[in-house]
Amino acid sequence: MQPIVVQHISKSYGKVSALRDVSFTVGPGELFGLIGPDGAGKSTLFRILATLVLADKGQAFVNGKDVVKDYRAIRREVGYMPGRFSLYQDLTVEENLRFFATIFNTTVNANYDMIRDIYEQIAPFKDRPAGKLSGGMKQKLALSCALVHRPSVLFLDEPTTGVDPVSRKEFWEMLQRLRQRGIPILVSTPYMDEATLCDRVALIQNGALMRIDTPTAIVEQFSTKVWAFRASDTWRLIRDLRAYPGVESCFAFGEFLHVVMNADPEKVKQDLITEGHTGVAYQPANAGIEDVFMALMRAQTEIS
Amino acid sequence: MRTIFFILQKEFLQIFRNKSMLPIIFVVPVVQLLVLAFAANYEIRNLSIDIVDHDGGNWSQQLKGKLLSSGYFQLYAQTGDNAAFEDLETNKADLILTIPPHFERDLVRDGEAKVQLLVNAINGSKAGLAAGYAQSIIGDFNRRIRLDWLALDEDDAPSHFDMSFRYWFNPRLNYKHFMVPGILVVLVTLIGAFLSGMNIVKEKEIGTIEQLNVTPIRKHHFIIGKLLPFWIIALFELAFGLVVGKLVFNLPFEGSIGWVFLFAAVYLVVMLGLGLLISTFTETQQQSMFVTWFFLIICILMSGLFTPIESMPEWAQRITQFNPVAYFVKVMRMVMLKGSGWEDIRMDLGIMVVFAVGLNAVAIWNYRKTV
Repeated sequence: MQPIVVQHISKSYGKVSALRDVSFTVGPGELFGLIGPDGAGKSTLFRILATLVLADKGQAFVNGKDVVKDYRAIRREVGYMPGRFSLYQDLTVEENLRFFATIFNTTVNANYDMIRDIYEQIAPFKDRPAGKLSGGMKQKLALSCALVHRPSVLFLDEPTTGVDPVSRKEFWEMLQRLRQRGIPILVSTPYMDEATLCDRVALIQNGALMRIDTPTAIVEQFSTKVWAFRASDTWRLIRDLRAYPGVESCFAFGEFLHVVMNADPEKVKQDLITEGHTGVAYQPANAGIEDVFMALMRAQTEIS
Repeated sequence: MRTIFFILQKEFLQIFRNKSMLPIIFVVPVVQLLVLAFAANYEIRNLSIDIVDHDGGNWSQQLKGKLLSSGYFQLYAQTGDNAAFEDLETNKADLILTIPPHFERDLVRDGEAKVQLLVNAINGSKAGLAAGYAQSIIGDFNRRIRLDWLALDEDDAPSHFDMSFRYWFNPRLNYKHFMVPGILVVLVTLIGAFLSGMNIVKEKEIGTIEQLNVTPIRKHHFIIGKLLPFWIIALFELAFGLVVGKLVFNLPFEGSIGWVFLFAAVYLVVMLGLGLLISTFTETQQQSMFVTWFFLIICILMSGLFTPIESMPEWAQRITQFNPVAYFVKVMRMVMLKGSGWEDIRMDLGIMVVFAVGLNAVAIWNYRKTV
C-alpha cells in the first residue's frame, strides 16, 4: 500500500484554478518534494491531503484511506505542519507540545523518542512563549508538535521558508533522520537547492505537475547545454545577454549567469568584449535543478 | 469529554495569560458600576434659577423662599427681565420665574394673579423635570394661600382633597437601585458576546484553526471548549458585580438571587450563541468586534436600561420583544427590587430558552458550513 496516492486532483477557487489534474504517489519511507514557486498550488494540495479542503475532481488516499470519506481516521494518523506558523504564540514551547499531545490522547513522555532529536534543540527555551522564538526555533517546535502523536505520514508545507541557512540545513538533517525511521514525508519548498535532498521531486507550476522523478534523473534528462558566463558588471551582462540573438534564457546562479542559447560561446564572448565588458569568461556548466525548472517553466508558459 | 477538558485547560491558561483579561474581569465592573451608577442620574438637583421680581412684596418673598428651600433650585441671580433672559440664553440659568408687578395686590383684590415660568429646553427631560418641580411647588403655595388668606377658617375652606404618593418597590426612588442591576446586565452581555466571539475568531486570525482541524478535535468539542470559559467568567462577573452593588449601593435583594443566576445562565447561552454566530461571518478579531458592537449598541439602547420601553413607539416596542437584553434587564429588576419568583419570570425564562436554542442552532449550522 502506498502511503500517499493522489489521482487526478483538480481544484479551483472561483476562476483561478489552483490545481489541474495532479497525480502522483509517495512510496513507503520516501521523502517526496514538491518544488515550485509561490502560488503554484502547493499549499492547496497539502490542504486537500490534510482533509481541510475538498477537491473539485479526483481522489486522494492517505494510508489507503479516502481523504473525503475517512477524514476522521486520517486526521489521527497524519502530522501536518501548515505553511503559516500555527501554534499558540501565547503558550510556551512546553505547553504547546503538551496540548497537541493531549488532544491526540497521548502524552509527551510516551512519544519522547519520536521527537527527542528535535525537541532537545529547543528544550532550553521550553518556558518561552512560542511567539518569542526565532524563525528556525518556531519550525522545530512546529515539527515537534506535528510528530508528538507518532503520525505515520508527514505533511510539511514550506517548513523552511523564512528560516536562516543554518537552521534550514539542520531542519533537513532532521527530515533525513525521520526518513530513516521509515516515515513517508511530503514536503514542499520554493528553494531549488533543497530539491536535491529529496528522494523524488515533483516540479509544480501554475497548479500542474511538470515532471516527477529523482533529482539526478531530472537533471540528466535535461538535454540542453548550459553555459556559465561571468563579467565584472553582472547587471549589465544579464541585460546584454538577454538581448543577444539566440539566447533562450539567462539567470543569475551564484557569481555566474546560466545561459541557454543557440550561439557559439566564443563569438558571444568576443561580442561582449566589443560592447565594452571586461573580465568576460565562460565555461560549460552542470545543469542544476534550477535550470531544468526554468526551462520547463518557459516551455509551459509558451504552451499556454 | 477528555478533549473538552484539555481545550478548557488551554483556554483558561490563555485567558489568564492575556494581560488585558484580569483588568477586564475585575476592574471594569467596579469602574462601570461606580462611574455609571453615579453619572446616569435621573434626579435633577441644583437647577439654577433667575428670579425677576417686579412686585417685591411679602407674598412674592414667600414664594421665592419656598422655591429655593425645596432643594431643587438654586438662585443664580435676581435681576431685571433683560438680564435674566440673557442668563437663559448663555445657559447660566435653567429657568426664569417672573413675578409681575402688583402680584400681591391682584392676589388680594382679584383673588387671582399670574406668574411666568421660562424654561430652557435644550435638554428636554431636564426642562420637563424643572417645569414639573416648579409647578408643583407653586401649586402647593397657591393652595396654602387660599387656605390662609381667603378662607380664614379651616372649616369654611372650599372642599379639596390632598394627594399622597408612595412609590412601591423603590420607596425612595433611588435610581441607583434601578440602574445597578441594569448595568450588571450590560457587563455580563459584553463578556458573553464580545469576548467569546473574539476568542473564536482569534484562532482563525492567527491560523491555529488550521492546525486544530487536523487533529481528532471535533467541532462540538471546539465550540464548547471555546465558549464555556466565558460562560463561567460571566457568571463569576455577575456575582462579583452583585457583591460590589451590595457593598457600595446597598442594593436590595428582594427576591431569590438564585432566579437571577438561573436566568443569567440561560441568557448567557443566548449571548454566546450570538458571539459564535458572528465569529462564523468574520475573519479577524477587529471585524468581529465591530459587528458585535453594532448589535449590542442597539440591544442595549433598546433594552429599557436608560429609557423605559413603554415610552417607545409601538414598532420599537415590538422589536424589543426580540431583544434578549431587554428581558434580562426586566427580570433582573423584577427579582431584585420587587422580589419576583418563578411564577413571574417563567414566561421570560421560557422565551430566553427559545432564543438560546434558536440562535445556537443557527450559529452551529453556519459554523459547520464555513469551517
